[in-house]
Amino acid sequence: MSSLSRDDVAKLAGLARIEMTESELVELSSQFGMILDAVARVQEMDLSGVKATSHPQPLENVARPDVVLPSLSPEDALSGAPAQEESRFRVPQILGEAE
Amino acid sequence: MITSTAAQMADALAKGETTSVQLTQAHLDRIAEVDVQVKAFLHVDSEGALAQAADVDARRAKGEKLSAIAGVPLALKDVLAQKGVPTTAGSKILQGWRPPYDSTVVTKLKDAGVVIMGKTNMDEFAMGSSTENSGYGPTFNPWDLTRTPGGSSGGSSAAVSSFEAPLAIGSDTGGSIRQPAALTGIVGVRPTYGAVSRYGLIAYSSSLDQAGPFGRTVLDTALLHEVIAGHDAKDATSINAPVPAVVAAAKSGNVKGMKIGVIKQLQGEGYQKGVQTRFDESLQLLASLGAEIVEVDCPSFEYALAAYYLIAPSECSSNLARFDAMRYGLRTGDVEGASAEAVMSATRDAGFGREVKRRIILGTYALSSGYYDAYYGSAQKIRTLIIQDYAKAFVQADVLVSPTAPTTAYKIGEKVDDPMAMYLGDVATIPVNLAGICGMSLPAGLADEDKLPVGFQIMAPAMQDQRLYQAGAALESALLSKWGAPLLSQAPALKGAK
Repeated sequence: MSSLSRDDVAKLAGLARIEMTESELVELSSQFGMILDAVARVQEMDLSGVKATSHPQPLENVARPDVVLPSLSPEDALSGAPAQEESRFRVPQILGEAE
Repeated sequence: MITSTAAQMADALAKGETTSVQLTQAHLDRIAEVDVQVKAFLHVDSEGALAQAADVDARRAKGEKLSAIAGVPLALKDVLAQKGVPTTAGSKILQGWRPPYDSTVVTKLKDAGVVIMGKTNMDEFAMGSSTENSGYGPTFNPWDLTRTPGGSSGGSSAAVSSFEAPLAIGSDTGGSIRQPAALTGIVGVRPTYGAVSRYGLIAYSSSLDQAGPFGRTVLDTALLHEVIAGHDAKDATSINAPVPAVVAAAKSGNVKGMKIGVIKQLQGEGYQKGVQTRFDESLQLLASLGAEIVEVDCPSFEYALAAYYLIAPSECSSNLARFDAMRYGLRTGDVEGASAEAVMSATRDAGFGREVKRRIILGTYALSSGYYDAYYGSAQKIRTLIIQDYAKAFVQADVLVSPTAPTTAYKIGEKVDDPMAMYLGDVATIPVNLAGICGMSLPAGLADEDKLPVGFQIMAPAMQDQRLYQAGAALESALLSKWGAPLLSQAPALKGAK
């Protein structure tokens, strides 16, 4: 029986940048054992020598000619911004120190 | 008028017996009447739809050459971006967002004069099989309003089965078009991966996602398929090849000499009795029409569900990183001194629902160093084996078949606290997605024990989508003669229905 502790879930939530309440952490950790047992079935088969498939199509890199095509105007690009300033996205501080 | 097929509506429009404005208004009236109960729509764009309809009418009056379904109204799954129209993917994190551009599917619909009436409800980011994971509440199955219409495209399937729209668009990552079609007694097709552009389709699991059509008949579904399919330079995974002749196939519907393979692993134990009975009967009907029935063995399908629930969450944990509260969508906790990371974490907590969080965490785990090979790596290898199983099976048969879902529609709330029980409902649809091939679900009748619709699934190799329509049309026509009327005529009348 697999399991994932409350602290394991809290660590993963941190990596995924999702703040979680205590009750969410406890609920997820209680469900995870069952889910992990089910998905761990992929390890039951002998997979030695089997190639991995990341994508259903045998596509090579797809490139197009390097020409300028119409794209969003700055106004359109900013139309959904939670906050903006001087035609730019205004974001909270990212480097940890005050301005 | 609203109970006609899309093909009949298109015909009436072409003959001038009705106008797109009248037709659209009739459907908007129906939505106003019954959607209080069905709750298929998250947003109804009456004004935009009527303007689009008037434009098609004007073009027709001028004698312009129009597409086969120009002027016919449609319901659009909220996972597809439509310029200026609220698009949420069923998530609170995108509440109020109006995309500054059209997805390619929307562009193609607009170019074809198909009238987009509104955006339909869905499991948040298409993660779910019942539409109960929507951030805006569930959708209700018109056959029984206490039951789910399936998911994740449950809003679209409910809209079409309740005559709110003759056509709808859904998306299918693990069965999200075929399963809701099965649970509501309509036709749904997941086209070959890469056949319909994913540009502007809000990504859940990029190697599995595919948009596709819903209709009440095989022909209607083919007419819509033809409109939305085709190569698109804006999607690097889009297949650069002609669209298979799906409409011609739907019109021919001949299965004489066609080899139909029954997948041993996708029937019997675990399938509801009434589902299995209707499936077996449909198979006999196909045999009576001259098809040859063979049994095929796909041993690795037993591991498909496990592989899917590693691959899809892994891809989603990466795809959904874009919801970072910086450029669009919700932002919470942006107080003086809060870091971008704190704002992002608070926003994702407030904006994502339980299932989305569950899958992101599972994907983060499956991709983390130390576990990657055992989980994601193994799942990718299972994917290879599934592709090989299909390849072998398609040597023996032209199309493969199974029940679409192991059960009929279940009660709302029944599985919501048991994620594994919910996931098991996708057991028959998932292999198609992992292999990138195409699949259809069409109604096979009602299960004896609960009088609810049963879906019959047909699968075909990549870019052989016409075979789905060929076999589907044959079965549909045989079933229709047997029933004497379309299956939906047996659905209970919704309150307020005329």
